[in-house]
Amino acid sequence: MADTAQRVRPRKDSTSPSTRQLSYVEAVREAAELEMARNPSVLVFGLDVDDPKAIQGTTRGLVERFGRERVFGTPLSEDAMTGVAIGMALAGLRPIHVHIRMDFLMLAMNQLVNVAAKSRYMYGGQVHLPLVVRAMIGKSWGQGAQHSQGLHSFFMHVPGLKVVAPSTPYDAKGGLVAAIRDENPVVFVEHRLLHFTQGPVPEPLFEVKPGKARITARGDDLTIVGISWMQIEALRAQQYLADVGISAEVIDPIWLSPLDLDTICQSVERTGRLLVVDTAWTNCGASAEIVAQVAERLQGVRELRLRRLGFAPTTCPTTPVLEDLFYPDARRIAACARDLVEERSTGWMPQPREDLKQFEFKGPF
Amino acid sequence: MGICAALRSEDVVFGTYRGHALYLAKGGDLRAMVAELFGKETGCTKGKGGSMHLIDTAQGVMGMSAVVGTTIANAAGYAYALKLRRSSAIVASFFGDGATEEGVFAETLNFAVLKRLPILFVCENNQYAIHTHQSQRQGLPDICQRVRGFGLPAERLDGNDLPTLLHVAEEAVAALRAGEGPRFLEVMTYRWREHVGPNLDFHLGYRDQAEADPWIANDAVCRVGQLLDPDEREQIEREVEAEVADALAFAQESAFPPASELLCDVFKE
Repeated sequence: MADTAQRVRPRKDSTSPSTRQLSYVEAVREAAELEMARNPSVLVFGLDVDDPKAIQGTTRGLVERFGRERVFGTPLSEDAMTGVAIGMALAGLRPIHVHIRMDFLMLAMNQLVNVAAKSRYMYGGQVHLPLVVRAMIGKSWGQGAQHSQGLHSFFMHVPGLKVVAPSTPYDAKGGLVAAIRDENPVVFVEHRLLHFTQGPVPEPLFEVKPGKARITARGDDLTIVGISWMQIEALRAQQYLADVGISAEVIDPIWLSPLDLDTICQSVERTGRLLVVDTAWTNCGASAEIVAQVAERLQGVRELRLRRLGFAPTTCPTTPVLEDLFYPDARRIAACARDLVEERSTGWMPQPREDLKQFEFKGPF
Repeated sequence: MGICAALRSEDVVFGTYRGHALYLAKGGDLRAMVAELFGKETGCTKGKGGSMHLIDTAQGVMGMSAVVGTTIANAAGYAYALKLRRSSAIVASFFGDGATEEGVFAETLNFAVLKRLPILFVCENNQYAIHTHQSQRQGLPDICQRVRGFGLPAERLDGNDLPTLLHVAEEAVAALRAGEGPRFLEVMTYRWREHVGPNLDFHLGYRDQAEADPWIANDAVCRVGQLLDPDEREQIEREVEAEVADALAFAQESAFPPASELLCDVFKE
C-alpha cells in the first residue's frame, strides 16, 4: 500500500532547527548516543570502537560518556564476540556489535546464522535477541577483494534476521534507532562512501521502521531501486535520464528484510519497467530477490521489463582502471535504464556532468 | 549433576546437544523434556527444538547447541551481563572435549580472562568426537595444560566421583561469586553407547568393550546408590520410576502443535 512507504524525504532548510545538516557518520553516532542515554541496556563494542579513530567517528565520545563497561574494544575474535553479543541479548542487554568491514562477518556466520537467527524459533518463543550488527562495505583506495564485499543477501536469505541498509543520514539515524529498539537481530549495513554524505537529520529520536521503503524521486517511465550506495548513483542516473526526457521513479528500499514489496510493486505496476541496482553481485543477491518477487506478483497483471545491475561477476580488483569497470555508476545505470525504456540497445552513454561526478574517496580506510 | 548441585536457581547454564542430564539437574521439567522428545506442543520448545535444543529460562537453562562449541561464547556474553549488573549469579558453560578444538573456545577463554567474567567452564571429556578418539585430534591432549596458557586455573576430575566433584564445584563457584575470574574444570567421563541413538557400537571397531568396562563398573549413579541406605534407595527408585512413567504418559497424551505454529516465533513483534 502506498501509504506504508516513507514518501517524503525531509526537505533541506538550514533555518529550521529540525532539519539541521549532519553527516552520515554523525547521524550513526548520535543514534547510538541517544539510545544509550535513554536505555542503560544498550552497549557498543567491536574491534577498535574505543580507539582514537572511533570507527570513522561513528563511536566518538561514547566511551567518555558511558564508560568502558558499556563501550569497549574487543579482541580479534569475531566468532566469539558475536556469540558474546547473543549471550548478552539473552540476558536482556541490547548490544551493538560493530565491524569495520562486512567481509569480517564471514568469521561470525555460525553465531549469526545458527544461533542469532534460530534462537527464538528453536526455543519455542521463550527467548528473543535484541542485537544489532553494524557492518561497513568498503570501496576504492585499495580495498580490493576482502574489504569491498556487499554480502547483505546472505542475511536476507535466513529467516530470523532483519537487514537494513540506509543511504541517507536521516535513515541512518532513524534506521539505527529502530534496529536498536527491535527485539530481533538486525544487520545494519553501512557503505563507507555514505559516511561522507550530508543531509537533514532532526535532533530528537525517531525511528525509520522495518519494512518501509521510500520513494526518492517521482517518475513514470521506469522504476529504479537503488540499494545502499547505489541509491546515490541511482538518483544521479535519474538526472542524466531527465536530460534525455526519460522520467525515472527512484525507490530506496531502506530495509531489505523485511522488504516493502508493496511500494516497489505499485510503482512497477505503473511504469512497467524495473531496474534494480545493488552494491553487491547480482547472482542470488538482493536484486535477484526483488526482481523475482515483483515478477511473481505482477506477472499476468501487466507486461513487465526487468533488469539488474551490480558488481561485475568477479573479485573486486584494486587497480583503479579495473575497479572502475567492476562497479555500476550513474552513467551506466542511466544507459541501462534508457535501453530498458526504449526496448532496444541504444548505445547511448551520457556525457559526464560535473555536478553529478563520482565522489572520489582518498582514504584512509 | 555434581556441578549443578553447587549452583543456585538464579545461576545460569548453557549446554550442548547432549544436554538432557544438564537440563534435569538444573531444574528443568521432566514432563516438558519428554514431551519435547515426542514433538508435542507441551514440550519445552513446543516441539520446535527437539532433543538437542532444550531450554528452561525460569530455571536458568539458557539453551543448547547442535554446533559444537557454539554456546561457550553465549555463556560468556551472559556472564558479562551479570557482571555489568553487579549480580552475584554466575554462569556455567558445559561442552565436550571436541569443543576445545573449536576456535570459539580459545577466543572465549581469552575474553573471559580479559574481563574476569563469572563463568565456570566445564569440559565433559568423554574422549570421543563421534568416532574419533581425542588422541587422534589433539596435538597436546592435556586440555587443562592448554587452558592454563590462557591464564585461568584448570583442574581435571573424575566424573564418576560425585562427592569430590561437588566439593570442587562448590569451591570454584564461591571463587566466581567473589569475583576471582573464570575457572575451568575438565570432568572425565565415557560415552557408553553410539554417538546418537540407543545402541551399542563396539562392532564398528573404533573402540573396544574392554575400554568401556571400567567406566560402566564405576558408574557415578551406582556409586551414589551404594552410599544410600537400601530402604531409602528403594524409595527414591520407586519415586523416580513413577515420575518417568508420569512424564511418558503426559507426553503420549499431549497433542502435536497445530499447523499455525510453523510460522510462529520467527520474530518477536
